[in-house]
Amino acid sequence: MNSLIIGQYVPGDSYVHRLDPRTKITIIFFFIFVVFFANNVPSYSVLVIFALASVMLSRVPLRFIIKGLTPIWFLVIFTFILHLFVTKEGEVFFDFWHFEFYTGGVVQGVAISIRFFLLILVTSLLTLTTTPIEITDAIEDMLRPLNKVKFPVHELALMMSISLRFIPTLMQETEKISKAQASRGVDFKTGPVKDRIKAVVPLLVPLFVSAFKRAEELAMAMEARGYQGGEGRSKLRELKIGKLDMIIYIIFLSVIAVLFYTRTYA
Amino acid sequence: MDIIFENVTYIYQPNSPFQHIALQDVTFQIKSGSYVAIVGHTGSGKSTLISHLNGLTIPTEGTVSIGDYSLSKEQKPNDMKGLRSRVGVVFQYPEHQLFEETVEKDIAFGPDNFGIPKEEIKRRMEEIVPAVGLPTDVLQRSPFDLSGGQMRRVAIAGVLAVKPEVLVLDEPTAGLDPRGQREIMDMFYQLHKEQSLTTVLVTHSMEDALKYADHVIILNNGKKYMEGKPEEVFTQKDALHKVQLDVPEIVQFLMKFNHKFSTSLPFKKQTIKELAETIQHVVRGAESS
Repeated sequence: MNSLIIGQYVPGDSYVHRLDPRTKITIIFFFIFVVFFANNVPSYSVLVIFALASVMLSRVPLRFIIKGLTPIWFLVIFTFILHLFVTKEGEVFFDFWHFEFYTGGVVQGVAISIRFFLLILVTSLLTLTTTPIEITDAIEDMLRPLNKVKFPVHELALMMSISLRFIPTLMQETEKISKAQASRGVDFKTGPVKDRIKAVVPLLVPLFVSAFKRAEELAMAMEARGYQGGEGRSKLRELKIGKLDMIIYIIFLSVIAVLFYTRTYA
Repeated sequence: MDIIFENVTYIYQPNSPFQHIALQDVTFQIKSGSYVAIVGHTGSGKSTLISHLNGLTIPTEGTVSIGDYSLSKEQKPNDMKGLRSRVGVVFQYPEHQLFEETVEKDIAFGPDNFGIPKEEIKRRMEEIVPAVGLPTDVLQRSPFDLSGGQMRRVAIAGVLAVKPEVLVLDEPTAGLDPRGQREIMDMFYQLHKEQSLTTVLVTHSMEDALKYADHVIILNNGKKYMEGKPEEVFTQKDALHKVQLDVPEIVQFLMKFNHKFSTSLPFKKQTIKELAETIQHVVRGAESS
C-alpha cells in the first residue's frame, strides 16, 4: 500500500521546494497542455529535458520516483502494447502468426508512453515537493475569482485539506480494525467471493463509526476555538511570488517557445 | 501452550526508503500457564511482537512457535483459524472493533466464525457476560448506545467467548477510570487462574506488571532489553531509567527508605501491608536497642 508515492511529501529546501505553490500548479497545468503539442524527436527532447532538469533541481532521487511509480508503469506498458497491436500505419516490419506489426504502432506507442511518463513525472514532482497545505492554499487562492459568483472557495479548500489530512489516519485505522477482526476469525484473503464481500462489513462499520466520531470531534474543536473561515481570515503563511518564480516563468516560456519552434507542422 | 520466540526479526517495508526494523533478534520463552508482562516505551515493538502471537504478522527472520504451531518465513500453518481460536487478542481500545446491531450478536461473532455451535455460544454467553461485569439486559441493545467502559467490556467478552488458551492483552485498560481498570485487571487475573490460561499483558503500568505477572520482558527499540522475575527486574533502577522506565512506586519507596535509614530491606514482591509490617518491625527494633 505504501509503495505508491503519489501524494507523499519529501521534505527539502531545493529551488523546487521553495517555489510558490501557485507557480508550480500553473506551470504544471500548462505543461500538461503543451505535452500534447510535441510531435517529433526535438520537441519531445525539449520537454523531457525540462522535466528531468526539474527533478534534478528538486533533489528528490529520480530512482526513488521511478520505483515509487511502479503500479503506473504497468499502465504505460499496457498502452504501449495496445498501440503496437491496434495502430495500422506505416510499413509492416514484423509479421508473426496472423499479427502484423506496423512501424507507425511503435512510433505511436513510444510517443504516448513518453507523454504518460512526463505527465506522471511532473505531477508527482508537485506532490513530492509541496505539502498538502501549500497545495490547498494555492488552489484556494487561484479559485478566489469564483467567490464573485458565490462559489464557496474557502469551504472547498478546507474540505480538501481535511480529507488529505485524514487519509493516513484512516489507513491506520483500517489496518488496526482488520487486524482485530482477523483475530476474531474473519478471513479477508481466502474463501469464496461471497464470503469475502461479507467480511467487509465488520471492517466498514467500525471505520464509518470512527470517521463520524472524528468528524464530530474536529467540528467541536474548531468551534471551541472560534473558527471562522473565508472573509477576513488571515494566514500563517502568506503566498508570495518572488524573483525565483519569475525566473522559472521565463524559463518555462522559453521552453514553450522552443517547443513550438521545433515541432513540425503538417 | 508454550510460546517460543527464536531470533525473531521483523522489518516493515523492507528494501524501501521507509524500511523500519520493528523487532531485532528477539528470543524468549513463555511457559504454558504463566502470566507474562511485556513492558516498553512507545515504539519499542510491543504491538508488533504481540501480532506475531496469532499469525497476523509473520517474522521476517527467525521462528515463532505457539504450541504446535510454527511461524516463519518458510512455513506458515495451514490452519491459521485454529491458531487464532486458541490465541485470543484484546487489542488496544477494543471497543473500536464493535459493529453488530446488538451486543449479543457482537459477542457471538468470534465464536461463530470459529464454528462453535449456537447452543454452546448461548451457554458461554450466560457465563461470560456477568464475568466481565455487564448487566444481562444490555444483550439486546446496540453496542453503540453503551458507555465507553461498557463497550470495552462487550469487546472483551467477544474475545473471551472463544475460550482461548492463550490470552493476549494489549493495554486493555487504557482510558478507563481507576475502578474500571482494577475490575478488569482482576477479572483477567481470575480467569488466568481458574482456566490456567497463558496470559501475555502489554502494559505501560509498572504497578500492573508487578501485581499480576510472574515474568517480565522489557523491550527497547525492538530489542529485548531485560527479562526475569518482576522483583529482579523492577529493582534495577538505573537500567530501567536508561530506557525511560520507572520502578514501581513501592520499590521507589523502599529504596528511599533504605537510603534514608541506612537499612537494606530486600524487595520480595511484598504487598504494601506486608512492607508496612516489616518497617514497623525495623523501627520498633531500633527503638528497643
